Amino acid sequence: MDLIFEGTIKAFWLLVTFDPEVMSIMFLSLKISGSATLVSLFIGLSAGSALALTQFPGKKIVVGAVNTGMGLPPVVVGLFVSIFLWRSGPLGFLELLYTPTAIIIAQSIIATPIVTGITLASLQQLPKKMRLQILALGASRAQMVWMLVKEAKLPLLAAVMAGFGGVISEIGASIMVGGNIKGYSRVLTTATVMETSKGNFDIAIALSIILLFLAYLINLVLTYVQQRERPR
Amino acid sequence: MSEPSAFSVPGSDTQHGASNIQPPATDAILSARNLRVVRGGVTILDVPEFVVREGEVLCLIGPNGAGKTTLLQNICYLHKSFEGEVMFRGKIIGKDHGVFDYRRRVAMVFQEPLLFDTTVFKNVASGLTFRGVDKKEIRKRVAENLERFGIAHLRDRSARTLSGGEAQRTSLARAFATKPEILFLDEPFASLDPPTREGLTRDLEKILLESQTTTISATHDRNEALRLSDRIAFMRNGKIEQLGTPAELVNNPLDEFVASFVGVETVLTGNVVGKGEGGTWIVSVSGKDIEVTEPLSEGESVVIHISPENVILSNNFVSKKTSLRNYFTARITCIMPMGPFIKVYLDCGFPLVAYITNESKESLGLSEEKAVTASFKATAVQVIARKETEID
Repeated sequence: MDLIFEGTIKAFWLLVTFDPEVMSIMFLSLKISGSATLVSLFIGLSAGSALALTQFPGKKIVVGAVNTGMGLPPVVVGLFVSIFLWRSGPLGFLELLYTPTAIIIAQSIIATPIVTGITLASLQQLPKKMRLQILALGASRAQMVWMLVKEAKLPLLAAVMAGFGGVISEIGASIMVGGNIKGYSRVLTTATVMETSKGNFDIAIALSIILLFLAYLINLVLTYVQQRERPR
Repeated sequence: MSEPSAFSVPGSDTQHGASNIQPPATDAILSARNLRVVRGGVTILDVPEFVVREGEVLCLIGPNGAGKTTLLQNICYLHKSFEGEVMFRGKIIGKDHGVFDYRRRVAMVFQEPLLFDTTVFKNVASGLTFRGVDKKEIRKRVAENLERFGIAHLRDRSARTLSGGEAQRTSLARAFATKPEILFLDEPFASLDPPTREGLTRDLEKILLESQTTTISATHDRNEALRLSDRIAFMRNGKIEQLGTPAELVNNPLDEFVASFVGVETVLTGNVVGKGEGGTWIVSVSGKDIEVTEPLSEGESVVIHISPENVILSNNFVSKKTSLRNYFTARITCIMPMGPFIKVYLDCGFPLVAYITNESKESLGLSEEKAVTASFKATAVQVIARKETEID
């Protein structure tokens, strides 16, 4: 129990004194996971909308693949991104392995199916005639898609939360493609694993608290937006 | 609403005046040729010709699956799943006239209000916002239409908090705000309770009369159709089977089904058994003889209709010295108040319906199971259909 108690006390000390190393890891995590979430939102919203609003042969197979992708194991993503970015791999010439960009790529791949799947489900749960009603009011196709996205905004915010939550807490891919390089590609999860293995539980607990706090803060903001009072 | 106008349904029975083939209308706002929708190998819509004239209100009635909604959605160009041509002001849509531009000149209201998750104001403004209308004009047109539909006080309310009637008023105001050249209504009052529906129908009738908006409305409610329309099209199995003025459909329905659908109460099947006195014909219905003035042939099987307004009820036996040719002893099976009048169901050996006033009910002391005399003139009996089948 002493270990936990002392670790927690030290963790709070590191936080209140804005320890430079801890802060650097925190900001890098936010930057990487935020970027990955934005990329996945751009791709996922577009792909999810296209899937929801079009009919084509084999659609069910694609939807099945997206749903499978929502549970994509990060280590598998890490493995394939590593192979592609490896010096002798197909994209080795880009020299991105063990860089923050590599982590963003891997995390985007993890989050995109989550955002796509939730977008698809959100748009499909709208009344089928809503699309016809919007067109009948003189909307262009782009205006129609935008109106549908606005109508499905509450579940779509869930997509943002799920996407961000999925990438900020993953470790497998980050450690495999980022390399956990101090001050460069070390993020909250990889640092927590490393400090724990070194027996530095105080720093590990501090990092964990920050991780939990960040996840809570982001979701709190999104929940506020989602649940904000509607016009009376 | 405009004067009744012509419509053509090639190949249909010419005894129904409105069904004659007519030349293309010169003032047609919308017309269609060889409209066909096939789904899964089954033809669900087959309309060889369709003409709607400017300013008229045309109601589509018919049973579920008749093709009313399919026809509306296709001529509104919400999806192009049909073969054939649709013309707007003489120009073929998709060829001489752009689909997008056409959609911006028409509007459609569905059975469900399908409002957006925002205020009533923004909902009514949405069609104008899509068109890029400037904000000042939007405010003016939204205010006009909120007032027109009696929902100005709901301007800032969330659409999610509205009652069914308020929501459908908002949906109609949203459509009218775009000043559509054609308004398509797909059973807009079907999910409303009767008093709300009555109020909204009354208001819509007034607004359509004022605005002279060309309207094509699908409905299950015959009273709504009879009240709003200049013409009624009866649809069945994807085809327009009869089209005419409300009076034409009620007085001269194509068959028993159309008759029952447009609210003709007493429809009976019988056989012509011979000639009566003074040139009438006798039709035997369930063993009872009914005199008819229309020329018939002995042995014919016929379907006849007796309008409830023409049935007279009395407590005394009617003398043969009156001009009434048909009188029967009847038992009252049901008395149903219908607001301004009472509907009386009778069993004369065949079913018969009479409409009477509340005052008549009181003065005659009518009650269920009571025996009365029901009478009607031979001229009040209309022959709806003739069948070639021989009498057994």
